Amino acid sequence: MYNSKATISSINFKQVARALTIVENDLTESAELLKNLTFNKPTPIIGITGPPGAGKSTLVNELINNLLKEGNKIAVLAIDPTSPFNFGSLLGDRIRMASHFNHPDVFIRSLATRGSLGGLSVKTIEMADVLRAAGFDYVLIETVGVGQSEVEITGLADFTLVVLVPEAGDEIQHIKSGLMEIADAFIVNKADRADADIFFNNLKKITSQNKEEQTQIFKTVASQAIGIDEVTAFIKSSASQKNQRRELLLTQKAYQLIQHKLTRHIDKKKLQHAIAEALNTEGFNLYSFVDGYL
Amino acid sequence: MSNTFNRPIRVLVAKVGLDGHDRGARIIATSLRDAGMEVIYTGLRQTPEMVVNTALQEDVDAIGISILSGAHMTVFPKIIKLIKEKQMDDVLLTGGGIIPDDDRLALKQQGVGELFPPGTSTQDIVKYITEWVHSHRNF
Ligand code: B12
Ligand SMILES: Nc1nc2c(ncn2[C@@H]2O[C@H](COP(=O)(O)OP(=O)(O)OP(=O)(O)O)[C@@H](O)[C@H]2O)c(=O)[nH]1
Ligand SMILES: [Mg+2]
Repeated sequence: MYNSKATISSINFKQVARALTIVENDLTESAELLKNLTFNKPTPIIGITGPPGAGKSTLVNELINNLLKEGNKIAVLAIDPTSPFNFGSLLGDRIRMASHFNHPDVFIRSLATRGSLGGLSVKTIEMADVLRAAGFDYVLIETVGVGQSEVEITGLADFTLVVLVPEAGDEIQHIKSGLMEIADAFIVNKADRADADIFFNNLKKITSQNKEEQTQIFKTVASQAIGIDEVTAFIKSSASQKNQRRELLLTQKAYQLIQHKLTRHIDKKKLQHAIAEALNTEGFNLYSFVDGYL
Repeated sequence: MSNTFNRPIRVLVAKVGLDGHDRGARIIATSLRDAGMEVIYTGLRQTPEMVVNTALQEDVDAIGISILSGAHMTVFPKIIKLIKEKQMDDVLLTGGGIIPDDDRLALKQQGVGELFPPGTSTQDIVKYITEWVHSHRNF
């Protein structure tokens, strides 16, 4: 049904979409498809993260607008959380990008975290690779800004924009713990709010401590397309930077994949059978059981 | 139910045209989510082109359109035409709202799936979509 050896092209949205489905669900063709990916040009991956409702999707919508002006082909992965209760997901990031739904150079895919905790889904790396191989000029990834374990997006993205909203001063301390370290730039969105300037200055103070270089901070009103040009310029000037953290992320990923390959021959049902049997013997010891099983 | 199907069902829920009745669409979106599906909700004021382009990029198993405005006899045929053009005939097109029986039957003949009237239990809708997808999409 799907030719996993075919070259994936950003011209053929249907093919890209199905390739993403195959990879996301680890369908039979997935391994072959991933091995056959070829990367012919550097495609910057831009992470956009931040607390719920900060305006990430609205900002992405405006960034698309700007990047399109230079004839770029753009892909977006918009990640929303899966409910831990019923494992379903309501994916609503797309709503804010409606003006691009019919644009032949904009591909938008919504995905659910499916139980993964780091803000990305388990297969985001693979899906971003499919989009890179397809030849898009930019890949934008909007992630759930849960605050804590955001290491994943910083590894995957060439650079990460952290979107914040003006809040009372002590809120900044809270942000500091999670999102502070990972920002290559801060976006203070909803700058139309009253406390925007105070927040901006507080943020500036905090980010200039313990650092030789001041992290860039931008003020935007994404819903009115204000301040977007500056962010776009930053994206373009940063696009060629090398991401040191990627090595770490890829090592982690490679480790996972190797682990998966090495344990593939172990059938969980058979293992359970063996455990059930071993439990019948007196003085069952899990650790010597495992030694014996391998 | 085919036993090869081992992933969440993906559904697009949208409203087309100027119809502002979105209560039904929201309830359906939430119910499908609660049933474990991945629901892409694009809300109000979509065009048939937007619906089909979104469905294609999101590679959904089903498209659900909610119409209470009376425009169903123009909206559904337009979507069906685009679906055929893009060879997406293996995607379910379903929906609900204020749609008289005669129209419902006429649309069915054009390739539209079940259309549900007000008062339908959301469980019936979940069951219909689940069974359709499991028996028509084997990946
Ligand atoms: C509430 C309501 C409103 C609210 C809407 C609030 C909102 N945000 O949704 C308000 C007051 C804004 C409103 C306004 C109007 N309304 Co009004 N409204 C209703 C009313 C009373 C109930 C609709 C409702 O919310 N039902 C509850 C939901 C849960 O039910 P549902 O949408 O039908 O969904 C169920 C099924 O249809 C199905 N379903 C629906 N969508 C989908 C999608 C999928 C994928 C699936 C699988 C199933 C499915 O499953 C759901 C669960 O059973 C109906 C009358 C009625 N009995 O339906 C009139 C009604 C729909 N309205 C009507 C009219 C005329 C209007 C106005 C034009 C009135 C005016 N002259 O100003 C405006 C238009 C506004 C606009 N911009 O479109 C007419 C439509 C006539 C027609 N189509 O021929 C109706 C039928 C009233 C009537 N008898 O005349 N309305
Ligand atoms: N006042 C104001 N509102 C804005 C601005 N940017 C976005 N919004 C509004 O904020 C709300 C949330 O915007 P989204 O873009 O959906 O935010 P998000 O961060 O993507 O939200 P999640 O993905 O749900 O976490 C919407 O109602 C936007 O219209 C802004 O600069 N000023
Ligand atoms: Mg969003």
